[in-house]
Amino acid sequence: MNMTSRVSRLRDERVTLAHGGGGKAMCDLIEEVFTDVFDPPGMEDQARLTDAALREAGTRLAFTTDSFVVTPVEFPGGDIGKIAVCGTVNDLVVGGAVPLWLSASFIIEEGCEIALLRRIVGSMAREAKAAGVRIVTGDTKVVGRGSADQVFVTTSGIGVIPAGRDMRAESVEPGDIAIVNGVLGDHGAAILAARGDLALSTEIESDCQSLGHLMEAVLKAAPGVKASRDATRGGLASALNEIAEAADVTVEIDETALPLREEVKGMCEILGLDPLYLANEGTLVLFVPPDQTEATLEAMRSTEAGRGAVAVGRARDKGPVPVTMRTAFGGERIVDMLVGEQLPRIC
Amino acid sequence: MRYVQEFRDPVAAKGVLAAIARVADEIGVTKEDPVHIMEICGGHTHAIFRYGLDKLVHEGVEFIHGPGCPVCVLPMSRVDECVELAERPEVIFTTFGDAMRVPGTRKSLMQAKADGADIRMVYSPLDALELARRNPEREVVFFGLGFETTTPSTALSIQQAAREGLTNFTVFCNHITVPPPIRALLSDPHMVLDGFVGPGHVSMVIGVHPYDFIAEEFGKPLVVSGFEPLDLLQSVLMVIEQIRDGRAEIENQYARVVPEYGNPVSLAAIEDVYEPRPSFEWRGLGEIDESGLRICDRYSAFDAEAKFGIGYGAAAGRAVVEEPEGCACGLVMTGRAKPTECPQFGRGCTPEMPLGALMVSSEGACAAYWQYGGARAVEAAE
Repeated sequence: MNMTSRVSRLRDERVTLAHGGGGKAMCDLIEEVFTDVFDPPGMEDQARLTDAALREAGTRLAFTTDSFVVTPVEFPGGDIGKIAVCGTVNDLVVGGAVPLWLSASFIIEEGCEIALLRRIVGSMAREAKAAGVRIVTGDTKVVGRGSADQVFVTTSGIGVIPAGRDMRAESVEPGDIAIVNGVLGDHGAAILAARGDLALSTEIESDCQSLGHLMEAVLKAAPGVKASRDATRGGLASALNEIAEAADVTVEIDETALPLREEVKGMCEILGLDPLYLANEGTLVLFVPPDQTEATLEAMRSTEAGRGAVAVGRARDKGPVPVTMRTAFGGERIVDMLVGEQLPRIC
Repeated sequence: MRYVQEFRDPVAAKGVLAAIARVADEIGVTKEDPVHIMEICGGHTHAIFRYGLDKLVHEGVEFIHGPGCPVCVLPMSRVDECVELAERPEVIFTTFGDAMRVPGTRKSLMQAKADGADIRMVYSPLDALELARRNPEREVVFFGLGFETTTPSTALSIQQAAREGLTNFTVFCNHITVPPPIRALLSDPHMVLDGFVGPGHVSMVIGVHPYDFIAEEFGKPLVVSGFEPLDLLQSVLMVIEQIRDGRAEIENQYARVVPEYGNPVSLAAIEDVYEPRPSFEWRGLGEIDESGLRICDRYSAFDAEAKFGIGYGAAAGRAVVEEPEGCACGLVMTGRAKPTECPQFGRGCTPEMPLGALMVSSEGACAAYWQYGGARAVEAAE
């Protein structure tokens, strides 16, 4: 098919149930909004992948999947499409894999604006290119009004783990240093503000970003990285709790070392929220042996996604609780897993 | 954050802690025979644990955590009434976030929302008012909850609704006042308290004089305090200095925010919109005279109790819901037991599945104990 000379057949402004009916309308939507935008264009129901590409990159396959629902679907710093690519890429990256291929499935609510879909798919294509992955297969379904909230996206990802890489949380030992790549809580704060329920206006943008290039830079400089996590839902607190439990150590963090924007701190003070539990969408948490701390920080800071890298704490012998924090005030407190979701306080 | 960070300065804190230790030694208090200071407000309780102040102060100073968490002291029957209101098909029920998890006898608002009730979290009653304007075909009910800190904003939104002539906005009023439960605590023959740290944001509205009876009738000191760690430490110092000197006065540590006679605009709005109920039930404490507010007849069009026929008290045929068995919230709130001494603490009662009032909100003493280490410290010691 000659793409440049084709006239657009998709005239609708909004998705209707006809776009999910399996006929011409559906084909038009899929081709014009989705497959033509992704690289390479014209993907099929089934991606056929050669094993040469796998063998070249490593010895083990990594496979992951994640569903994305976010309100609002577009927010300062990103949209649901960008998160859907970054989230799955990052799941692969923190397991030590080089991400290669993604699938993308869309559940679209009747009435969803086609212009919105185009923007979402455009940002997926851009993010995929930046992260060095290809979206090779996908699916769309249209559901009646009220059965979804505009659009839900599911991405699955395949990556390859190079020989010799073995990052597992269990291998963290007392003395190892905990490092993050930059400011915490921006995504959670940006989403809260963008929902508009709280009538707060801020300039905070989501930190939504792919971590692949950052991770490769780190592993080149500090091959001894023991554990890595993508601190998404539940924030830094949850990521550290998971690692501490798996490794049978206690992690002690230092409140004064935590990288937090003044705006995020202020918003948390007003709402009675704890930034340690705010969601991130591009925050890497690493544990490295003490002698590789400097090399790790230097490598991270040389990349765009790691410019704000700092050490925030260290593992020590197992105590009564998994994670504690030395407060700026000189006290010590427990940093537990979150119960339910954080709710703004009354006063 | 300017004007906040200064009040979290660890160097300044060392100086105040040393002064507290000096005065405590002068009084001669010890871990075994401590001075009991009640911080009334849940916000103070939260700050004490967040900054570990209970562990930093001289061991002869013991904090007793008071009844000042409005979510915690809300009686279960009122939660049930919230759920019933929220489940009416015409109603959009609006509430502050931390009331969502409070268990009723059947379910919490969170569970009611999952079951299909239209419940929206708001940050201000003005957000509820805006919902009422935008949804003229629905009944918007605001869950009015809290002490004198939130009471004026609810009053102002009712006045605004009256000015606009809104006919689909009501308030389910559960506002309560701070001084009556303190009188009730002080009148309790088992009372062990030596002094109080008073809630600064309540006094921002009511001033300091509503507490005069504490010094005059009961001979106990009270210091109105701010919410940063240095505020709290300075207030503790002021309380124990009074005890050392044999004084009982109402002092104001939070003078940068609290005017002696409160905020006249807020007080006028309260006076205009509410009247005291003869008595109101407090979870864990029982009925307390003139401790709750209702919307006065002039504004009855905005009173959800009137509009939906709920009412309050014996006239409404309302049964007091008993606290769950083994729950020691009443003892903890009167200073007669520590959260960790409750047989249910961390066993039948956790923040995931709260049994008693004090585990419900993050400002409740038991929840704060649990979140910031009390629970684990107990486990470790066992």
